[in-house]
Amino acid sequence: MEQVLVPFLEATVRTATPLAFAALGEQVSERAGVINLGLEGTIIAGCLGALVASGVGGPVAGFAGGIAAGILITAVFAIFVVGLRTDQIIAGTAVTMLGLGLTGALYRGLYGVAGASLNAPTIAPIAIPGFSAIPVLGPALFRQTLPTYLLYLLVPALAWWMRNTHAGLALRATGERAEAAAAAGLAPSHVRLAALMFSGAMGGLCGATLVLAQVGTFSEGMSAGRGFIAIAVVVLGRWSVFGTAAAALIFGAAFALQYLFQAVGWALPYQLFVAFPYVLTLVLLAVQRGRAAAPAELGRA
Amino acid sequence: MTDALLALWDGAFGSSYAVWSATLVRATPLLLVGLAVALAFRAGVLNIGAEGQLIVGAIAATVMALAFDGLPRVLMVPAMAIAGALAGASWAGIAAWLRRRFGVLEVISTIMLNFVALALVSWVVRGPLQEPSRIYPQSPTFGEAARWPFLISGQRLHLGFALGIVLAIASWFWLARTASGLRVRLVGASARAAESAGGVDVARTTFVVFLASGALAGLGGAAEVGGVTWALYEGLSPGYGYTAIAVALLARLDPRCVVASAILFGALDAGAAAMQRDAGVPAVIVQVFVAAVVLAVLAGTQLQSAARARTATVRAEEL
Repeated sequence: MEQVLVPFLEATVRTATPLAFAALGEQVSERAGVINLGLEGTIIAGCLGALVASGVGGPVAGFAGGIAAGILITAVFAIFVVGLRTDQIIAGTAVTMLGLGLTGALYRGLYGVAGASLNAPTIAPIAIPGFSAIPVLGPALFRQTLPTYLLYLLVPALAWWMRNTHAGLALRATGERAEAAAAAGLAPSHVRLAALMFSGAMGGLCGATLVLAQVGTFSEGMSAGRGFIAIAVVVLGRWSVFGTAAAALIFGAAFALQYLFQAVGWALPYQLFVAFPYVLTLVLLAVQRGRAAAPAELGRA
Repeated sequence: MTDALLALWDGAFGSSYAVWSATLVRATPLLLVGLAVALAFRAGVLNIGAEGQLIVGAIAATVMALAFDGLPRVLMVPAMAIAGALAGASWAGIAAWLRRRFGVLEVISTIMLNFVALALVSWVVRGPLQEPSRIYPQSPTFGEAARWPFLISGQRLHLGFALGIVLAIASWFWLARTASGLRVRLVGASARAAESAGGVDVARTTFVVFLASGALAGLGGAAEVGGVTWALYEGLSPGYGYTAIAVALLARLDPRCVVASAILFGALDAGAAAMQRDAGVPAVIVQVFVAAVVLAVLAGTQLQSAARARTATVRAEEL
């Protein structure tokens, strides 16, 4: 049992890590009232940025490059939704297409028409002495790569920041009642801009983690819907930081289950597990009356 | 650069084959799905789920084609079209019902349903609908009767395109010339005003439009398997449901203009394939172009309405 369970839990945490970064970023921008459907484009930009930068300056530069690329493409989104106050949904869809197309074209432009497979050395998992020896959970939680440990710090820090700081309050106020926030002397557009930049950085970090901690290379469309999944994660997590992190784990587990089932050879179609988190999200949205939990200003131009 | 553009042009319009067998064939799903998106957006329904509705439409049409193999073509083709449309409408119906009954935002629910549809097609082509040798993840090839008729002999343009043109005109007529179409436009312009001043049943109107939008997208899926691929497989749609948003927006949500805009995007698609083949320019660059078009239209519309608001204020002050 342990031989099956340990790799499964390890894969769950590993798969959930990049997803959690993207979802936490999305959660922050949604709490400010902006739904960022461009997230998919942000993640793929982060993937390519990480690959290119790591080729020049190693893994640290790679992560920086991924984050920078994520911020850059989200800036385009911000110009439209914050600057011009256009429709968020349509601008987001366009930015996703922009990211997918631009990275595909750039990759082929940089590395040849065939897109010769280019490898970036991946960073190795680090076992935390002591903790990783805990049976079953130890290796799953404490034999991971650095981004996962960063996530462990980020989740409580972000939750504390949102609840207890002035900036966190400003963020929530902008998402709930932009007019009231403005009347209280806040600049909703500045808050949204800052939230979006954070979302861009986290989307880029998601892409960088995929490339530098997991896959080790870039392929066209490798974000594979993670941006949209991250949006589902936020909904499933009911727009709270800890909820989002937990929901990312559920999605991570669902993806890890596919591999588990393929390995074990059970007869159930694995697509059932692929579809499960989405169906769960729909059901939960219906029973908890999604709108009640969603920020009131979400999606308003 | 010139080479690439020449190759793009040649691939899209350079020969009668390019026009009738590439450009217009690729425009067909964009036309049907573009109409689906335009119709939904006109009523203020943000249907991002056309991709999923197209996929289930393709699955339903495939089931029809395989299950009733002996049917004559005159019955088979309409049966496939109806099955596709019904499946698309039901898939959209889930999101429509969730919105009406529980107030679930359709933007989120339709994206979720896109993923469920992808999982569904991935399963059926490896399970119940897989070809008999069980090697490839795809359905068996359809029999002659289930292959939609071509419009011109020797060219690949099929019935789906003609159907799209008819439906574009019908949608336009409905929106522009009928009372129920007027209600749709009222709801899209301002749901609150339509409800209070116009006495329109907003919930019912958006529900119906949502279903109609799903039906059009599902029909697009049926037309793709019946007219082009003659078999069901994963990756049947290279994101038609998302490109359709650009198609609809560029057409300013006018069904008549959707025809022109679908042909433009179909030409880009066909040309891009040729450009990659002949000039070595990656076809994905077209996606960048599509995105740029959407953003430009968005910015243009926004600046225009801002300018209009300014003029209105100035006029009001003059009074």
